[in-house]
Amino acid sequence: MAWFKRTDKGIKTSTEEKKDAPDGLWFKTPKGNIIHTRELKNNSYVCPDDDYHVKIGSKEYFEILFDGNKFKELDENMTSGDPLNFVDSKPYTARIEATISKTNLKDAVRTGVGKINGLDLVISCMDFNFIGGSMGSVVGEKIARAIDYSLKNKIPFLMISKSGGARMMEAGFSLMQMAKTSAKLALLDEAGIPYISLLTDPTTGGVTASYAMLGDFNIAEPGALIGFAGPRVIRETIGKDLPKGFQSSEFVLDHGFLDFIIDRRQLKNRLTTLLNLLNN
Amino acid sequence: MVLEFEKPIADLELKLQEMKDLAKGKNVDLSSDIQSLEDKIQNLKKETFQNLTRWQRVQLSRHADRPYALDYIYEITNDFVEIHGDRSVKDDKAMIGGLGNIDGRTVMFVGQQKGRNTKQRQERNFGMANPEGYRKALRLMKMAEKFGKPIVTLIDTPGAFPGLEAEERGQGEAIARNLKEMFKLKVPVICIIIGEGASGGALGIAIGDKVFMLENTWYSVISPESCSSILWRSWDYKEQAAEALKLTAPDMLVNKLIDGIINEPLGGAHKDMKTMSNNIKKAILEALKELDKLKPEKRIEKRIDKFCAMGVVNE
Repeated sequence: MAWFKRTDKGIKTSTEEKKDAPDGLWFKTPKGNIIHTRELKNNSYVCPDDDYHVKIGSKEYFEILFDGNKFKELDENMTSGDPLNFVDSKPYTARIEATISKTNLKDAVRTGVGKINGLDLVISCMDFNFIGGSMGSVVGEKIARAIDYSLKNKIPFLMISKSGGARMMEAGFSLMQMAKTSAKLALLDEAGIPYISLLTDPTTGGVTASYAMLGDFNIAEPGALIGFAGPRVIRETIGKDLPKGFQSSEFVLDHGFLDFIIDRRQLKNRLTTLLNLLNN
Repeated sequence: MVLEFEKPIADLELKLQEMKDLAKGKNVDLSSDIQSLEDKIQNLKKETFQNLTRWQRVQLSRHADRPYALDYIYEITNDFVEIHGDRSVKDDKAMIGGLGNIDGRTVMFVGQQKGRNTKQRQERNFGMANPEGYRKALRLMKMAEKFGKPIVTLIDTPGAFPGLEAEERGQGEAIARNLKEMFKLKVPVICIIIGEGASGGALGIAIGDKVFMLENTWYSVISPESCSSILWRSWDYKEQAAEALKLTAPDMLVNKLIDGIINEPLGGAHKDMKTMSNNIKKAILEALKELDKLKPEKRIEKRIDKFCAMGVVNE
């Protein structure tokens, strides 16, 4: 019965030779459904079993929306300054550098100009991975220039928001980005160029209190957290638990601040319909 | 109320009073002692108030005796008529406004209002407006535009109210709309931070052709306390946070985020309300004189360009 006899002692496979499933091949939704990442990607990063919308960034949104993933990126090399020489537990510049190398992003927003189903569109899309999608000078300036591009070329503007709010390390400067983006949107208003604001999970703080809520159409993905103050702050203020579904897309729609909620898998077609309705 | 750093001054002032009483009661001549003590107090005051830390200015901006929006309005106007309500939900008492007359000129005032005692503070919600407050403000500003009256906003808030109903009624939308609409106003808009200028709640009525700060106020994206709790994960770093945020009037002016500073009397606005009001009135009239020269379209263009130039990036 030599089968059962272990002749060599210990396991001799070296670490490099071990065959492991690569990390991140499977994705588990909050409801516990498990899905292969390739299938997830083919499904606009929405879990087919429970319709969970996975948090994605500008790369994925551009891929989903632009025809053949073809677009021209604007201001792609703009990075953050440090006007206040801000230091908390570490210097702001060090934080920025670390985040750039970690995320491969330059800041929390990217702008692409391209076509969706043949229609011209300027899209600015936030990346939550970059310091919580916080809005500093770069975010404000890039959005302002995206709107300038819309104005100059008379192309509709889509803003995809995903942000915890203003970037504290730019203090007064970050506050004024709310003003700057709203000023540009006032000009877009006067020019009669459509502005669609898509709010995704999460959209809070100064972003909600400026461009995210200023769309001709404010639309959202299902189940996103949308609000001005964060839930923790509100809970502490009122000293009570918050009702179920409070500050969800569905709640915000119900209270009249959204035009509709759109499943990400239908986003491109719904945007196309909307733009065509405005064009014809 | 005496702040920690004001104590040495207050102690000397107490001593001065005792000396004066003594001189009077015993009928002795202490005039030279009194004079030298008075000089000493004056010097100490100057030294203290010329070297305030950022956190000390934050404390002054919240001083319990500090004048609030309506105090200034009644002091600098004649025939002030307060106007109420957003015509939709209710009258937000944290946001006040109305028409008043400064030196013969009618001006629309809008501002956050804090309360002086517990009952008032509750009624005014500590100067934290709800969405209906911002909508009331916009209604008043639109009315001013309709009748061609300039607008003066007085900002003094620890923030827009973070409550349940505030979210239900669209706090974010209300502030956002004000930002956009204020850029389109055809009349001159002057904004003055008179106390606390906290974040979006302040900015919601602070888009103007001229934005001024009183000398001992603060204006930033977050309060030093909240900044400390988020970045340092403790409430104990508010002094450091205040330094890091560079939230005082001189800081904001250096960074070109405001247009000017209105001087306060020695010791702070509350020490001499008449002088303070006069300084504010002078600043308003001077700004109006300058803004009157521009056509509405030009004013709007300059207003937009000014805010669009704010920000520092590398390319």
